[in-house]
Amino acid sequence: MTQATNLPRVLISEAAMEVIDTLRKRFGTDLMFHQSGGCCDGSSPMCFEKGDFKVGASDIWMGKVYGCDFFMSADQFEYWKHTELTLDVTPGRGSSFSIEIPMGIRFLIRSRIFTMEEFENLIPVKTGEEVLEEN
Amino acid sequence: MTTLTLSEAKPVERPHIKEKYDHFIGGKWVAPSSGEYFDNISPIDGKVFSKAARGNKADIEKALDAAHAAFPSWSKTSVAVRSKLLNKIADVIEENLEMLARIETIDNGKALRETRAADLPLVIDHFRYFASVIRADESSISEHDEHTVSIALHEPLGVVAQIIPWNFPLLMATWKIAPALAAGCCTVVKPAEQTPTSIMVLMELIGDILPPGVLNIVTGFGVEAGKPLASSSRVAKVSFTGETTTGRLIMQYASENLVPVTMELGGKSPNIFMKSVADADDDFFDKAVEGAVLFALNQGEVCTCPSRILVHEDIYDVFMERVIARTKAIKMGHPLAEDTMMGAQASNDQFEKILSYLDIGKQEGAEVLCGGEKASLNSGLENGYYIQPTIFKGHNKMRIFQEEIFGPVVSVTTFKTTEEAIAIANDTMYGLGAGLWSRDAHELYQVPRAILAGRVWVNCYHAYPAHAPFGGYKKSGFGRENHLMMLNHYRQTKNMLISYDKKKLGFF
Repeated sequence: MTQATNLPRVLISEAAMEVIDTLRKRFGTDLMFHQSGGCCDGSSPMCFEKGDFKVGASDIWMGKVYGCDFFMSADQFEYWKHTELTLDVTPGRGSSFSIEIPMGIRFLIRSRIFTMEEFENLIPVKTGEEVLEEN
Repeated sequence: MTTLTLSEAKPVERPHIKEKYDHFIGGKWVAPSSGEYFDNISPIDGKVFSKAARGNKADIEKALDAAHAAFPSWSKTSVAVRSKLLNKIADVIEENLEMLARIETIDNGKALRETRAADLPLVIDHFRYFASVIRADESSISEHDEHTVSIALHEPLGVVAQIIPWNFPLLMATWKIAPALAAGCCTVVKPAEQTPTSIMVLMELIGDILPPGVLNIVTGFGVEAGKPLASSSRVAKVSFTGETTTGRLIMQYASENLVPVTMELGGKSPNIFMKSVADADDDFFDKAVEGAVLFALNQGEVCTCPSRILVHEDIYDVFMERVIARTKAIKMGHPLAEDTMMGAQASNDQFEKILSYLDIGKQEGAEVLCGGEKASLNSGLENGYYIQPTIFKGHNKMRIFQEEIFGPVVSVTTFKTTEEAIAIANDTMYGLGAGLWSRDAHELYQVPRAILAGRVWVNCYHAYPAHAPFGGYKKSGFGRENHLMMLNHYRQTKNMLISYDKKKLGFF
């Protein structure tokens, strides 16, 4: 039996896909996500027009989710890397500059712990700088 | 199933709140240029209780126009007058404390006993503090030699942008507004979209005290109003309290405009209980137990929430038994009821986020010592955002030990030695607050010095008096609040280097 490789680190719910479709249409551009930390609306994923948030060598690219690059700061990734993230949405009035907020909804992360086998077969990560160089 | 302790009192009456509030710009109430308003939902019951103006770039520009028009005069207004006006603001707030406390509770969801005893009294004192310190403030002068004098004079930066969080809407606004106005700056303030109402009620009371344009408030969403404010080339400084991604984005904008920023970005504060805490079952032990339970203050929605309890393994049982009992005794209920000890989380998305952390904590194998679920309240609160105060036991590498949950959730672990306690305390991206509890005189000094955090409470926690500088190390940000040193975050230095020598240099 062969073990699946290049398993995704970030999944997405149907509802979140619909919101991304709506936002892409409204802004007429690709989108990106950066997972926040810290107080208030921290620990929430932030959605921006692609390129609006400058990533660099201290960010980790965790893969693409529904066509959008998903980043997290490297030090935060150290504590999150063993968990599978699912991008979801919930009704709510978040603050921050995340672009879905005026719709009265908020992107949200749900988490699951990877099994050891899964953990050893995840897609490789890159730094934000490496992603920029590739594009 | 955990049994909740519930409040028994009836909620107090709600003060009158208008159906909608406009922006406050240039001393006037100004309708949003879009004509649109957005719903403000009370966390108490999930119902709309008012609407706020949906600000955009045009509104921000209007506010910046007003602030720039006011600056030449305000920056030259004598400190005696500036001080008098700040004191007057404090007096008016004091006269209306009860009404403002109730509105803050409706807007944010926190218990009335906290808005009455903490938020509003601190707001009042903070205005008085900055009214006072500018009267005693001095610039410096030095004589370099008998003919050469250097004067280092403070001058206000100009028009500043201030972006306010929702956890203490009036108090956090005051932490930023009071020093800026005291320093002679004019400001454009963007309140959080979850809590845009209480500050507008405050402006109805104090709006005519200041000259038009000195203090402007524009409500709206981050991407529509916050972004044009933070990225404007017409602001001399941006002050922000919030999370790390937005903090970085604001710094990115500030780098384009080459303006300074101050950042307060939260933490994952360790609260350390040394072995000597349990040497006696006395008042101090009781105080330490309360100090651990303070994670539930403000429903845990505090940047410095003591969200990690580090307790010496020898006293774990005796100490935590008491902490769990005290936590279970926290009365939940209607935030406007006078005996309610813990109210509602500020918004539905926060509520959902906290539940997602309760889930990941359990998945990671943390043991639930109490709580661990939402709190289902009735009597009209069914749609409010209530979470049971929760204690997890686990280890410091778990996500619940590393991420700011911003809810009434604390994670407990044990240590064997002082070195281990310090290592665990510092194993975090953040460094805002920390607590150290001990009866040992040496530890009281040495342990706080070893903790990488801007504020270490020693044998106390969650006190925020004016004149104690507050701010972060590491990823918690930079700059300080709550202290007269804030004045210099809103000023620059004009150096006049003066020669009283009539003789030429002799070079040319």
